[in-house]
Amino acid sequence: MVAQMAKTTADARAEAALVDEIRVAVPEHSLWHNVRAVNIVWRRELIRFRTDRLRAITSLIQPFLFLFVLGTGLSTLAKAGMPPGVDFKTFIYPGVLAMSVLFTAVFSAGSIVWDREFGFLREMLVAPVSRASLVIGKCLGGTTIATFQGLVFLVLAGFAHVPYDPVLFVTLIGELLLLSFTLTAFGLMMAARIKQFQSFMALTQMLVMPLFFLSGALYPLNGLPTWLGVLTRIDPLTYIVGPMRHAVFDHLTLPAASIQRLAPGITWGGWVVPVGVSLGLVAAMGLVMGIVAIGEFKKTE
Amino acid sequence: MAMRAGTSSGKAGMAAPVGELPSAMGPGDGQAVISVRGLTKRYGDLEAVRGIDFEVSRGETFGFLGPNGAGKTTTIKILCTLATATTGSARVAGHDTSTAQGEVRRNIGLVFQDTTLDNYLTAEQNLRFHAALYGVPKEAVAPRMRQVLDMVGLFERRNGLVSTFSGGMQRRLEIARGLLHAPRVLFLDEPTVGLDPQTRSSIWNYINDLKKREDITIFLTTHYMDEAENCDRIAIIDHGRIVAIDTPEALKASVGKDRVQIHTADDPAAIAFLNDRFGIEAAVHEGAVTFSVASGEEFVPRLFSEVPVAIGSVSVSRPSLDDVFMSYTGSTIRDAEASGIDVMRQRAAHWRGGRR
Repeated sequence: MVAQMAKTTADARAEAALVDEIRVAVPEHSLWHNVRAVNIVWRRELIRFRTDRLRAITSLIQPFLFLFVLGTGLSTLAKAGMPPGVDFKTFIYPGVLAMSVLFTAVFSAGSIVWDREFGFLREMLVAPVSRASLVIGKCLGGTTIATFQGLVFLVLAGFAHVPYDPVLFVTLIGELLLLSFTLTAFGLMMAARIKQFQSFMALTQMLVMPLFFLSGALYPLNGLPTWLGVLTRIDPLTYIVGPMRHAVFDHLTLPAASIQRLAPGITWGGWVVPVGVSLGLVAAMGLVMGIVAIGEFKKTE
Repeated sequence: MAMRAGTSSGKAGMAAPVGELPSAMGPGDGQAVISVRGLTKRYGDLEAVRGIDFEVSRGETFGFLGPNGAGKTTTIKILCTLATATTGSARVAGHDTSTAQGEVRRNIGLVFQDTTLDNYLTAEQNLRFHAALYGVPKEAVAPRMRQVLDMVGLFERRNGLVSTFSGGMQRRLEIARGLLHAPRVLFLDEPTVGLDPQTRSSIWNYINDLKKREDITIFLTTHYMDEAENCDRIAIIDHGRIVAIDTPEALKASVGKDRVQIHTADDPAAIAFLNDRFGIEAAVHEGAVTFSVASGEEFVPRLFSEVPVAIGSVSVSRPSLDDVFMSYTGSTIRDAEASGIDVMRQRAAHWRGGRR
C-alpha cells in the first residue's frame, strides 16, 4: 500500500517534470542570450572545419607552392638582387604566411552563402537573437579557422630561415588574427549580397588574387613604377604584409642597409607609415566591413 | 455556415473543443494571437498574396489549406518576419511583424517547408544549435532534446550525421527541432509532407498533447485534407485570396449533407418510415438504404430509437474537405496544384532575376 502510494507520487513527480520540460517560454531579451548565440555560431564553424580535413589540407597547398616551389625556383634568379646572406624564401615568407589565411578567411564567410542556399540561414534569421550576434559568431569562426591555418604554416618558419623567436611568433600570431578578422569581415560583407555559392567563389577569387599580388608579398615596395606604387598603397593587404615583414626582419641579424632595402616600410609620399597606424587601418577596415555586413543581414526580403 | 473572408473575427471562440485548457488561456477568450489586415505581397508583377484578413485566437490550431503556389508560404514568411508585406499589416503575439521583428521572433517557432538542417552536423548538434539560438534554458536542453527525439523516433540516431539520414528522417528531425523550444506561436509550413502515417500521427499526438498542457497557438499550412482535419479552423486559400474560413465541420456542412447507409431487415419498410417520419427521400444503393441528412451523427441515434425495423449495420460518410475545396475554388486541389506549380516556377525565376 505504502509502496503503491510512493510509486504514484513518483509518477506524479515525473509527470510534473515532463510538464515543466515542455513549458512554453518566451526567451528573455538579454545580452547573455546573444553571447550564447555568438558562441554556438562560432562553435558550429569549428565543428564543420574539424570534420572537413580536406579543406584544411587543400588550402595549405597554395602557400606551400609559393614558398617552396616559386620561392626556391626564383631564389637563383633573385640572388643577384638580394643582399648577401638573405634567402629569397625568407623575404617572401611573411607575404606567403598572409596568403595562408587569405583564402580560408574569405571562403569561410562563404559558408553563409552556402547556408542561404541550403536553407539553414533561415533557421538562424528567424531566431530571437540579434543579427549582429550571428555575424559576429561567423566572423569569430572564420578568424579562428584562418588563424589556425596560419599557425600550421608558422611552424614551417625554419625552412625559410625565419628564427623561432617567441616575441616574433606572438607578434605574427597577433597580426594573423587581425588579418583573418578583416578578411572574414570582407567575405561576410560580400556574402550578404550574393545568393549563389558559385558566384561568391568566382567573385572573391577574382578580388583576392589582385589583393595578394598588389600587397608587396612577393617584392619590395620601393623603386616601383608610379602606377604600381599607387596601387600597392591602395591595397588593404599591403598594410598587414608590411608590418609582418617588418616583424620578421627585426628578428634577423642583418645590416641596417639590407633591412632598409628589403623591408622599407610603407610610405605615403615620403612619410613612413608607422606599424601601429598600419595595423590600426586594417582593424578599422575590418570593423567597417563587419558593420556593413550586419546592416545587410538586418534587411528583410 | 461557412463565412466569407474578412467577416471572420470573433468566430474563433466557437471553434472546435479544446476544453482541457484552463479557461484563462483557453481559445474562448477572444484574444487574437495572430491578426492580419489587408495583407498583400508582390514580387515584381506577381501578386503572391492579394489582400487577406484573418485572426487566430490564443490556443487555436489554425490551418491554411490550399494548393502549392496559393500564397501560403508567403503569408508564413511575412508572419515570421522573413519577408515584409507590400501593403497591410500583420501582428503576432501582439507585435507588429514589420516594426517589432525582434519581439515577434521571441514568440514564434517555425518548421520550414524545405529542409533547413545542417547536413554536416549530427542530429544532436543541430538541436543544440537550435536550443542555444532560441534560448532554451541550459538545464532543460538535455531532457527536452530526449523528449522531442523520442517523439520522432530518432533518439538512437542522435549522434548520426544528418547527411546520412533519409529524407523522412530529416523531416522528422526538423519537426523535433521546431518543437524543441516550445514557442508561444508555432508555424508549421507543410509539416508532414512525405512522412509515413505512424510518424505523422506520433507528431500530431505530441502537438495535441502540447496544446492541452500549454498556451500554444498553432498556424499551419497544408494541402493534405486529413491534416487539415486536426485544425480548429481552416482558411481555404487560392490564388492569394482567402475564399472561406470556418471550422472543418462547418465548412463540410456548408458543402453538402452527410451520406447515411443502413442495412435493414426490411428495406421497403425502412424507406417508407424515413419518408413518413422525417420526410427523407431514401433509396437502395449498393445494397443498402441510402439517404442524405445534414448531420448524420446526430440523426442516427434518433433514427435508432424510433425505427420499427431491425438495423444490421450503419455507416455515415461525411463530405470531405476535398469536396469543400472543390466547391469553393471550382477545382480539386490536385488540379489547382498542377497550375500552381507553374506559378511557383515563374516566381522562382522572377525572384532570382530580380535579386541579382
